[in-house]
Amino acid sequence: MVEPFKIHEGVAAPMMLDNVDTDQIIPSREMKAVSRDGLSVGLFAGWRYVSAESRELHPDFVLNKVPFNGASILVVGENFGCGSSREHAVWALAEFGIRAVIAKSFGAIFRDNCVRNGVLPVALLSNDVEAIAARTASGVEVRIDLAGQVIDCGGDEYTFEIDAYAKRLLVGGLDPIGLTQSMSGEISEFLSRDREVRPWIYQG
Amino acid sequence: MAQTIFDKLWQAHRIADAGDGADLIAIDRVMLHERTGGVALKSLAEAGRSVLAPERAFAIMDHIVSFRAGRGRDESRSPGGETFITETRAMAKAAGLHLIDTDDTRQGIVHVVAPELGLAMPGASIVCPDSHTCSLGALGALAWGIGSSEAEHALATGALRVMKPAQKRVWFNGRLGAGVTAKDAALHLISLHGAAGGSRAAIEFAGSAVDAMDIEARLTLCNLAVEFAAFTAVIAPDDKVFAYLRGRSYAPGNDLQARAEASWRNLYTDDDAVFDEEIEIDANAIAPTVSWGTSPEEAVAVTARVPSNARPAALSYMGLDAGAKLDELPIDGVFIGSCTNGRLSDLRAAGEVLRGRRIADGVRAICVPGSQSVQRAAEAEGLDEVFKEAGFEWGSPGCAMCFYAGGETFLPGSRIVSSTNRNFEGRQGPGVRTHLASPATVAASAVAGRIADARAFAAVDTVS
Repeated sequence: MVEPFKIHEGVAAPMMLDNVDTDQIIPSREMKAVSRDGLSVGLFAGWRYVSAESRELHPDFVLNKVPFNGASILVVGENFGCGSSREHAVWALAEFGIRAVIAKSFGAIFRDNCVRNGVLPVALLSNDVEAIAARTASGVEVRIDLAGQVIDCGGDEYTFEIDAYAKRLLVGGLDPIGLTQSMSGEISEFLSRDREVRPWIYQG
Repeated sequence: MAQTIFDKLWQAHRIADAGDGADLIAIDRVMLHERTGGVALKSLAEAGRSVLAPERAFAIMDHIVSFRAGRGRDESRSPGGETFITETRAMAKAAGLHLIDTDDTRQGIVHVVAPELGLAMPGASIVCPDSHTCSLGALGALAWGIGSSEAEHALATGALRVMKPAQKRVWFNGRLGAGVTAKDAALHLISLHGAAGGSRAAIEFAGSAVDAMDIEARLTLCNLAVEFAAFTAVIAPDDKVFAYLRGRSYAPGNDLQARAEASWRNLYTDDDAVFDEEIEIDANAIAPTVSWGTSPEEAVAVTARVPSNARPAALSYMGLDAGAKLDELPIDGVFIGSCTNGRLSDLRAAGEVLRGRRIADGVRAICVPGSQSVQRAAEAEGLDEVFKEAGFEWGSPGCAMCFYAGGETFLPGSRIVSSTNRNFEGRQGPGVRTHLASPATVAASAVAGRIADARAFAAVDTVS
């Protein structure tokens, strides 16, 4: 059960890079067990620690600086979460305490993974993301109202678009498998019809 | 109403309106691997859910299996990686899935194996918790990468709720020059339009240069669609695809073959169908292309220079100066393999350069066939000897050095030319500097000891 997302207010860490891939969010070497848990220690490991072998925090990395070490929101550039489909990237972010990511755009699989794990992905126009990043860099907190689809950053308001499906899952903390299982009648009907139309799919 | 091939694929799998603007899409095949599939099976079991159609779900070991020749059954290339293999094996068996294990003669990288076995075919919907699942659009399949939770969803229900993506068509008009490959075409596209250029669209690749490609080249082209931020890629299936599939294990049997092919012939884009965007690329103008930075969009012709406006962070990681000439950069290692370029035609292209030649001193060179089938075919025609005589290591099939997961790799700071798909920071190991290129470019670079243009390497006559 994921935590429903209604209104969230918190420290937002600006990380204004484009094409931050999921290998950066969590390097594969940090995926050590067949599990969704215990991944936050590997979050941004390549940038967060002084070396691959070390757990000594790199002083220049944004999430190691006060107040951003307590961030619950990331403000990022274009195509955030591109690359590998590893959901571990979102599990690591969520376990670290990130509830929302404000981006210029997202990698498609990463965005869906966010929605599945109660992390709100907000895409805004480039200039708006830059403006929010500039304010948050000086410690201004961000308030996100998902129902109203509005972000408040130090009195500046930004409305955002989100598809109805993602919004419904996030606001309700819903499990889509349950939703789909409630349509099992339609699925069965499709399958019996389709076995006649495309029998080769069901061979072997 | 005129439809694109993607519209037709979508419509054929649309079970119902799922509400909220999403469609409920039937999933014909779920593919899993041990790295992200095991955790999906585990969550599913913990939730007390069963797999709706285990006979249409396949678990294949590829990501962290050892690529050491003569590897053991549970041997991983990463410390602690054995648990991914053994747990995924146990859970796949318990759930009743098809299991293609490390020692199965059909084993290999999921996206290499799926076409080989005829699991991927025109009109089939295929998902896998792996971003390069888009490769399979090369056969006219509706195939896309998902997360582990969505893999659970597809396993449990046989369907997924998906927002239909926007659509783009990318034309490669004209013909690729000698020594220019699908890999070069994809890198060229991404360098022109950016790594975010695909913007979650379903992309149809079309045009005379795509028509002329064989199936393996099309798989390479579609493989890289995710590096373009596409939802997936698709190519209209033609006679080459039908001929490729005949007789393969999971392709339509003799009794259904003609009927299936007749159905597949409808999978083309109608003349007056409309796309959200059309992109035209002059195939004749594409050169062998090599990445210089840490995003696939940071790529130029092998004979060109690092751009003057290059990102400082990328230059710093890659140890380069703006204006540096790519084909003058000394290298430390090469890798040939992966779901991008680990098929027989890739090994042949590299072998053509390597035959009768030796790699340069100080270069570590590794080739890992994409599947056991590719390995057998390559060995049957002596390609393994060509690689070994040139100084390459010849490994056992899997994803191998495409990505680092702990364990042995190239040294930090080393410069590597690789036939893989991602030049991200640390992708092949902490501090490792990856240059993406075609197999021929990789082979030529290994011989030259620097990034090299394979077109300057005429085949050596080994007979006379």
